Amino acid sequence: MKLRLSDEDAAFRDEMREFFTTKVPQDIRDTVAARRELSKDQFVRAQQTLNEAGLAVPNWPVEWGGKDWTPLQRHIWHEEMQLAHVPIPLAFNASMVGPVIAAFGSQELKERFLPATANLDIWWSQGFSEPDAGSDLASLRTTAVRDGDEYVVNGQKTWTTLGQYGDWIFTLVRTNPDVKKQAGISFLLIDMTSPGLTVRPIELIDGGHEVNEVFFEDVRVPVGNLVGEENKGWDYAKFLLGNERVGVAPVGSTKRLLAQAKEIAGDRLSDPILSSRVAELENGLLALELTALRVVAHSADGKPHPASSVLKLRGTELQQEVTELLVDLAGPDSLASGAGDGSDVPDWSRVATPQYLNFRKASIYGGSNEVQRQIIAGTILGL
Amino acid sequence: MDFTLDSETIALRDAVRGVLGRTYGSSEDRRAVTNDEPGFSEDTWGKLAELGALGLPFSEDDGGAGAGPIEVSVVAEEMGRVLAPEPFVESVVLAGGLVAAAGDDAQRADVLGRLSAGEIVLAAAIVDSSAGGEVTASGSGDSWTLTGVKEPVLHGARADLLVVTARTDEGLGIFLVEADASGLERTGYRTHDGGRAAKVAFDGTPAVRLGSGDQSDVLEDTIARARIAYSHEAIGAMDTAMKTTVEYLKTRKQFGVTLNTFQALKFRAADLYVSMELVRSTVLWSTLVLADAPERAREAAARAKLQVSRAGRHIGQEAIQLHGGIGMTAEYSVGHYMSRLTAIEHWLGDGSDQLRTLAATVGDHGVLDPIG
Repeated sequence: MKLRLSDEDAAFRDEMREFFTTKVPQDIRDTVAARRELSKDQFVRAQQTLNEAGLAVPNWPVEWGGKDWTPLQRHIWHEEMQLAHVPIPLAFNASMVGPVIAAFGSQELKERFLPATANLDIWWSQGFSEPDAGSDLASLRTTAVRDGDEYVVNGQKTWTTLGQYGDWIFTLVRTNPDVKKQAGISFLLIDMTSPGLTVRPIELIDGGHEVNEVFFEDVRVPVGNLVGEENKGWDYAKFLLGNERVGVAPVGSTKRLLAQAKEIAGDRLSDPILSSRVAELENGLLALELTALRVVAHSADGKPHPASSVLKLRGTELQQEVTELLVDLAGPDSLASGAGDGSDVPDWSRVATPQYLNFRKASIYGGSNEVQRQIIAGTILGL
Repeated sequence: MDFTLDSETIALRDAVRGVLGRTYGSSEDRRAVTNDEPGFSEDTWGKLAELGALGLPFSEDDGGAGAGPIEVSVVAEEMGRVLAPEPFVESVVLAGGLVAAAGDDAQRADVLGRLSAGEIVLAAAIVDSSAGGEVTASGSGDSWTLTGVKEPVLHGARADLLVVTARTDEGLGIFLVEADASGLERTGYRTHDGGRAAKVAFDGTPAVRLGSGDQSDVLEDTIARARIAYSHEAIGAMDTAMKTTVEYLKTRKQFGVTLNTFQALKFRAADLYVSMELVRSTVLWSTLVLADAPERAREAAARAKLQVSRAGRHIGQEAIQLHGGIGMTAEYSVGHYMSRLTAIEHWLGDGSDQLRTLAATVGDHGVLDPIG
């Protein structure tokens, strides 16, 4: 057992820190630091800056732009990026569809999509959840019926995050209705400019437009857009969701946010009620970070450690608790979320409540925290 | 950054587990031992000495094994796993630690040599009686006497030697007192967790001074080491309490089905696992800090003990509740685990004390870096 990073890993950390704090455009990092919404252009520029340096998709196979890093180095990359206010490469591209295509797609699909996916030349959207298929995802009803060289897709997807920017959508569709529900699902890539596909915004409680509904009416999709084998989509989805859970504990960004909260609190930290709340949060985050490091150290075979459910569960709780702290620090100013140029309310107070409301999502997405408890009880404790 | 044990440490762990498993194979075995005086097995104490466990933190020149915090943590965790009542942390880490930090060459070789060999038990008398009677020292050079009352002194009645803190004109002093010293009165009793404690009254009692000048820093550093070792003992106890509870949920039937049929109970068991993994991470880290960055050991000890406080209450309380009535009985194990966790929490500063310490410095840094 040892505490310190090896010289090699420490040098790696310095290298990452140097890159993230000097090479990523300042306007983008400022937007993240101010907790303001990033524009599509900012997402794209950030990812392209990383990709140019070979730092956008380290989790991919080396031949497609990945890095032969240790799990610890990948963890350091992820943490340093968050600490430097650099937006993480678009998850739909970098940690969801990219690894699935790389692992299960045909050579043709890989060549066609992977370089453009890494560089965010294609913006991917996720078409998994449906109005009646949330935590019970396998009960999804969007169908794809084979007609010659095409599938005809009908149905509806929902909670499609940033679907308004999407060029392509990766979907789970039912290709066989007559078998056990998990056995009749396929993983299909669909051009969002296809006739019959429409995207409708869903306004959320924070007033923002982050998620969408996507409707499919007789959308024709070439069979070449199928990833892997027909009716094997559930296996690919489980692979994808396992990857999602590992990166879903946002330790670095929550630590950074708590540090911002302390700065904002300033002299108010002499209040023992506030300072003990902050200290308790900080200790909780420390335990989370150290658990993430333990999980990283034991996931050398590339499979997610079962304790990654702990990271998702506790990581999202702490993320929510820190956003809650900022609302409390803002006090009555937290009501001024719609204040404009003439207002004296500081920027951080204006964004505090919308972000607090927005982050209630964190314990719901990526497998709700109740699903995580089910996983822990079932697969770890054998209950 | 590496959280895995090397093969030598694993061998030590397995050897300790073997010895303790033979004495405390069941909860009833332990109850029988703790019901008799001195509240632990002298035989097992000797066997721990044979394994080298009682000399782990001391240098070879002092008769010890020259090992470090990692080896100590492994032994403490095994003690906690079966609630072994031998005073490992009390005698070796805390009392022995004070001698190691404050004693001169001859004092260390004598006291720590005998302790490592299992010939003596040490007790640390560091808590002044809450009823008043702060222990003060008077004298100089080789001639000192102590007056005042310490209570509770864990294993204070059985101990062959007492390591006592007392106020001197130059600050806090650390002293050795022989069990048969004049003016020493020891009143022993049982503690709720099956352990032993005593009221120890000094009245012009002759004592030998360890070190000179104000020894407050020595005391605080040694307490930090003991907090970390106790945190490992607590980890062992929590792990057993959780596993026992999970097994019970799989076998206990009500309404014609096993309890794990009920999602309300399964979810609560899942939350125990979450607490367990989080506290394990912090406590392991605190030992790594002690080994590799001792300048941060006090902070790490406070963080570990705070996490142990939160997790210990959660796991201890839920272990009983999820068992139902059987968990309340002295015959069954889990209640004793909660009792021990409660004792550990309130010894050397509870969760609130640690939080107070951490809260006072929370504005001194931005992002907390566990490695740097």
